[in-house]
Amino acid sequence: MRVASTFRLDGREIPFTPGQTIMDAALAAGVYIPHLCHNPEFAPHGSCRVCVVGVNGRHVSACTAPAADGMTVDNGSEEVQDLRRAILQMLFVEGNHVCPGCEKSGACQLQAVAYWVGMLNPHFTHFFPCRELDASHPDFVIDFNRCILCELCVRASRDLDGKRVFAISGRGLDSHLVIDSRSGKLGDSSFAATDRAAHVCPVGAILPKNRAYAAPIGQRLYDREPISVVGDVAAHDGGG
Amino acid sequence: MSATTQTGVTGLVAASLARLGRNPEYLLQHLIEVQRHCSCVPDEAVEALACALDVTRTQVRAAIRFYAFLHETPRGDFDILLSDNITDRMVGNQRLIGLLCDRLGVRPGIPRPDGRVTVGPTSCTGMCDQAPALLVNGMAVTRLDAARVDRIADLVEGNVPLEHWPGDFFRVEDNIRRPGLLLSNPATDASGLRTLLARGADAALAELERSGLRGRGGAGFTTALKWKFCREAPGDVRFVVCNADEGEPGTFKDRVLLTSYADLVFEGMTICARVIGARQGFVYLRGEYLYLRDHLESVLARRRLDGLLGRDILGETGFDFDIAIHLGAGAYICGEESALIESLEGKRGVTRKRPPFPVTSGYQGRPTVVNNVETFLAATRIVQWGGYWFRGEGTDKSAGSKILSVSGDCRLPGVYEYPFGTPVHQVLKDCGAEHTQAVQISGAAGATLAPAEFDRIIAYEDLPTAGSFMIFDQSRDMLDMVRNFAAFFAHESCGFCTPCRVGGGLLRNLVEKVAAGQGSQYDLEELRQIGAVMRKGSYCGLGHTAPNHILNTLDKFPQAWQRHLRSAEYTPSFDLDAALAEARALTGRNDAAAHLEEEA
Repeated sequence: MRVASTFRLDGREIPFTPGQTIMDAALAAGVYIPHLCHNPEFAPHGSCRVCVVGVNGRHVSACTAPAADGMTVDNGSEEVQDLRRAILQMLFVEGNHVCPGCEKSGACQLQAVAYWVGMLNPHFTHFFPCRELDASHPDFVIDFNRCILCELCVRASRDLDGKRVFAISGRGLDSHLVIDSRSGKLGDSSFAATDRAAHVCPVGAILPKNRAYAAPIGQRLYDREPISVVGDVAAHDGGG
Repeated sequence: MSATTQTGVTGLVAASLARLGRNPEYLLQHLIEVQRHCSCVPDEAVEALACALDVTRTQVRAAIRFYAFLHETPRGDFDILLSDNITDRMVGNQRLIGLLCDRLGVRPGIPRPDGRVTVGPTSCTGMCDQAPALLVNGMAVTRLDAARVDRIADLVEGNVPLEHWPGDFFRVEDNIRRPGLLLSNPATDASGLRTLLARGADAALAELERSGLRGRGGAGFTTALKWKFCREAPGDVRFVVCNADEGEPGTFKDRVLLTSYADLVFEGMTICARVIGARQGFVYLRGEYLYLRDHLESVLARRRLDGLLGRDILGETGFDFDIAIHLGAGAYICGEESALIESLEGKRGVTRKRPPFPVTSGYQGRPTVVNNVETFLAATRIVQWGGYWFRGEGTDKSAGSKILSVSGDCRLPGVYEYPFGTPVHQVLKDCGAEHTQAVQISGAAGATLAPAEFDRIIAYEDLPTAGSFMIFDQSRDMLDMVRNFAAFFAHESCGFCTPCRVGGGLLRNLVEKVAAGQGSQYDLEELRQIGAVMRKGSYCGLGHTAPNHILNTLDKFPQAWQRHLRSAEYTPSFDLDAALAEARALTGRNDAAAHLEEEA
């Protein structure tokens, strides 16, 4: 197929076809742009902002910005990496992310992206919100402490499962994931282990029961190779 | 109201459904109706609406928790919200809220156990020229003082219905101090509409183009171009939306336009409808202006009788257009046009990805023009009197006039209309401002100006503004403004993107730390860093502009920050010794060794 156009990303020519975003084109060309709320199964979302890149002196999210002929994209400068690090640190202090005590550690996209951008500490003051854990479902548990509001489960349930089990409620820092059942509990909803929504969570918020620590530490998804090589959690059926 | 029975709620929902229909896009309007009658949206109403509108109950609940004026639990017979903009604070609203709470025996935001009343703060209600102000069950009360607050407490205790409260409480003045190009002539005889029909839509569009009119909501997009794009966008159903969600703190000129120039605004919408080929229009009226709804509905009804709305407008076969009023429910973000459209569709007001822009994919995914109240007013006059008439004022890049809402430390707060190009000091002189320390232009999201900048001009090319003009004299602590705005943005962030959602909270907390005398130089650097992340990384304009006031005051009013600082290079944001209190309690120890040593 003849390639219509190209743009330059950190000095490298990236081909794209009309309609592709910067993210689409970069991933297709084997160039990694860190991301959390993006998943090619769904329409671009643009909420986590981790995929921020510099384009002609402005900052845009690579997952939503259309690729344009001749544009110059900054994906690796210190300025862009600093920005991503700060955004990740914000995600860490907003929730309760305690990696050493989390069964998703090693197979968590938030953790893996944080490593990739060189985040060494959470830097900002923790909010330590009081959030709940919902273990009402026989097969899955939801730990809201780890939710990063990427809305992947919301989109998977709505767009692929045809169920609309999840939604975001509230506003500002009070924004939170809610479940569509009369009690608000997962066990009372139509959620099933076979739903796509059960396998797209990039962090340890939606977890299968009775599978924790099946893979020992050291042999987990991101333990041996970085996320830029391994890819998304959702591409590995939830990361195991 | 605790007395509201389940059948009462079901009946209420049924009545609302009968009046507005079962279109899911009317969800928010139904919720507002239920809230008004029950002082909350009870579970039965959530279930009934989810069922009737075919939306999930989660969508219903998510909307309730998004909009500040909707509640899941009862607020009581009287829901009193004091406007808490900085201009309200400058005239003592904090003291009044304390007074009212004391009189009624309540704490801010917490309903009284007997179900009578809740008293709390709310974002700017658009009455800065007659502040302090409050909303009681959604209706605006102005010019509060201790006596009025006292009287209100009596009325609440006596359970006196609002219609028997003194009418003077609800009087809202226009306060037009300086009428210009648009305000000096409120006469309406539908000449704009008649000219349009006589000369045709192309000619009207040409006049608009000639006028150089740009959107008055702040972004300044060329109006003729917006209408042209929408007109040419594929599709056979189009919409006209008037953005009357005047939420920017310190802005109130749209309130005045809707009060005394409503015909001209509706005429502008009708002209737009003819030009782009729309049959339906909406006014998205901020919830704080609920008191204007009946007035606007009556103007619309009269226009229908006069053949200016409805079918075959002015006898022109096939020229059908009507306007519906949709209320907001306390969400600043809905002033952003794509969030406004989401809200019009009954959802949480979260901004949409752009492109596509509303002109090609707006309400219901159809081509939609969203313009500010003032823009429609100007468009009417331009079509009537011609583009050159408008161009005669202003600068090359900013044609015509700008209507300002002036408030704060001045003798004559109110509405002023100036030709674009007017310097800031002229406005200060006209409104009787003295010893001015700073001007906050274009609202909390705008720019903080120091005296050295008062020669700058109001124009898109220098100081673009949506109209808010707040004045601070030398007696003010600018950090009070910063605290107010930082809390405002943390409260109003929609929560969609990380930098604005989390960054806004971090900024608010750091500002409070500094104000409490716990901050150090390090914290000021932190504020700059977080502000920069929000500017660069946020998803929409709210996050991009939310740190402006902090970054501006750090640059231009460093002394306002410095005098609150501790001399130490670094101060922890929590008290180490206090953090051990829980451990001491658990171990039953309180000896010296269980305490950290006092630092020298």
